[in-house]
Amino acid sequence: MTQPGHSGLRWSSWNLLLLLPLGLLITPIFNRTGPALFGLPFYYWFQLAGVAVGVLATSVVFAKTKDKPTAPPPGPDRDVDTLDEGAGA
Amino acid sequence: MRWTELVIFVVLFGVVTVMGFVAAKWKAGGSLDHLDEWGLGGRKFGSWITWFLIGGDVYTAYTFVAVPALMFSAGAAGFFALPYTVILYPLAFMPLLRIWSVSRAKGYVTPADFVRGRYGSSVLALLVAITGIVATMPYIALQLVGLEAVLRTLGLNGSGLVGHLPLLIAFVILAVYTYQSGLRAPALIAFVKDILVYVVIIVAVVYLPIKLGGWGEIFQAADEKFKATPAPGDGILLNANNQLQYATLALGSALALFLYPHSLTGVLASRGRNVIKRNMSALPAYSLLLGLLALLGFVAIAAGTKPLINQATGNPDTNTIIPNLFAGQFPAWFAGVAFAAIGIGALVPAAIMSIAAANLWTRNIYKEYFRRDATPKQEAKQAKLASLVVKFGAVAFVLFIDPQFSIDLQLIGGVMILQTLPAVAIALYTRWFHIWGLVGGWIAGMGWGMIMLYNIPSADGKRKHFGASALKLGELNLFGWHPFGGSTVQIYVGFVALVTNLVVAVLITVVARRFKVFNGIDQTEPADYHVDEDSAKLRPVGAH
Repeated sequence: MTQPGHSGLRWSSWNLLLLLPLGLLITPIFNRTGPALFGLPFYYWFQLAGVAVGVLATSVVFAKTKDKPTAPPPGPDRDVDTLDEGAGA
Repeated sequence: MRWTELVIFVVLFGVVTVMGFVAAKWKAGGSLDHLDEWGLGGRKFGSWITWFLIGGDVYTAYTFVAVPALMFSAGAAGFFALPYTVILYPLAFMPLLRIWSVSRAKGYVTPADFVRGRYGSSVLALLVAITGIVATMPYIALQLVGLEAVLRTLGLNGSGLVGHLPLLIAFVILAVYTYQSGLRAPALIAFVKDILVYVVIIVAVVYLPIKLGGWGEIFQAADEKFKATPAPGDGILLNANNQLQYATLALGSALALFLYPHSLTGVLASRGRNVIKRNMSALPAYSLLLGLLALLGFVAIAAGTKPLINQATGNPDTNTIIPNLFAGQFPAWFAGVAFAAIGIGALVPAAIMSIAAANLWTRNIYKEYFRRDATPKQEAKQAKLASLVVKFGAVAFVLFIDPQFSIDLQLIGGVMILQTLPAVAIALYTRWFHIWGLVGGWIAGMGWGMIMLYNIPSADGKRKHFGASALKLGELNLFGWHPFGGSTVQIYVGFVALVTNLVVAVLITVVARRFKVFNGIDQTEPADYHVDEDSAKLRPVGAH
């Protein structure tokens, strides 16, 4: 039997952030020269700025999905944990 | 002969050689007689080592030489390397965690191991393994092309076999310490390589524009050059025809990268999921570097740099643009450091690639078809020998065949490795695809991809076949039907081949499921995909 925590896939809406950097594939957005920055045409500095967006996306997803256990401990271990927590309370 | 540069190059190369041999004892676990140890460094690399290792692996010497060279000759289209390496990490974030976990839980060393376990099909695993080996071989040869570009700029530009001798010596040294130390050697050397590369590129992108009058001047010079050439595809911006190619090439390359066995080797060698997650945010530092480096192609235009004539082939070699720019603009000692950075930059990926190819050979061909009962010790022995064969195969490529052939093959390799996406990446999430669907999709994508590449001439018209990876949509031919007849818009061949692959895989899967054809046995369990370093009952590393 498949237990709820044992399904192969786990979903978090934060993961959708990972799609944001794909905007760099829509070339009409940035295929222009102006406005320039430090002499760099828009085309070049816009895509360089994309690096920061990518970092932001992966960092936020990491931070927001960190506290959740990636895999719940298997059955017997979980019982022991619950007992321990109960004993500590 | 540039003596100052040569001396600095040789000294730094010597330092790295010593490190390569010492690496065998670095963080030594049990014995090196196990693929977990020799091939994956004990599966215990932390965030920093992983950052240097994957960075050293993905951003190769060839990348550092070829991307600016492409910018130099084609302009904006060459900048695709930046969006490619930006979207790469968000896309790979989740699948990499899954493949790390399942590999850790089941002791997989290669992507083909995973496919074998997931589908219980040795045929499918063999296809994935062969694709991986064939795609990796020319990539190793290209590292030699990058290294040789530097050696020739240093003045070691002899003709015939003597001209190749310095390259041969460098590679013999590399082969010996990789044989001895395994993945630990490139992991340790990567520290030196990456630090040198960072220093050189940061200095270059700050110092050179100041020297040449600022970025504004540089882009103006580039613009003038491209306007003066008759070629329609170049320029400092994309045009109506190459935008789709730009986007699909960036996407296709990003999807392909972690399917390459050597990239996955770096990931599997890490200690846990958090190491990988942190690196998905930290590795883009290299992408920024690559983007800045690409701009050096324009700096070379403004500085009036000319490519060197390769004495072995007699043709101008655009890959010498960056080494030549450094030689012309930097003081001799710093040019020496820069050359060493590129040269050592070739050794790290070449070592990892040969290890990855050796792992594939050992696990998925030797053990599967020749010695089913091979012990872990015999596996390690076999992989060490295979790594030597792979490296000398790559040297033979460069010595006896036109380097252009390696470049063509690498182009083909990217299209090929992309065809393993359904069997490896999609299989991480679902087993919906049928084994025969995946096999059929692979055959269709591979076959059609090769036919399309074969029919594309090079931009200058000198070569009729395998000239580029950009296909004109108007030439897309579906059994005689031209769905986009007359269109001059270009698209990346690998992308078309992948779509073909998926369509065929879906069709065969639907039929096979309808007739309830046996779809192999899945040895993995859902929980395996979430295993982490602190999970209970973790499989011991390097267990015999």
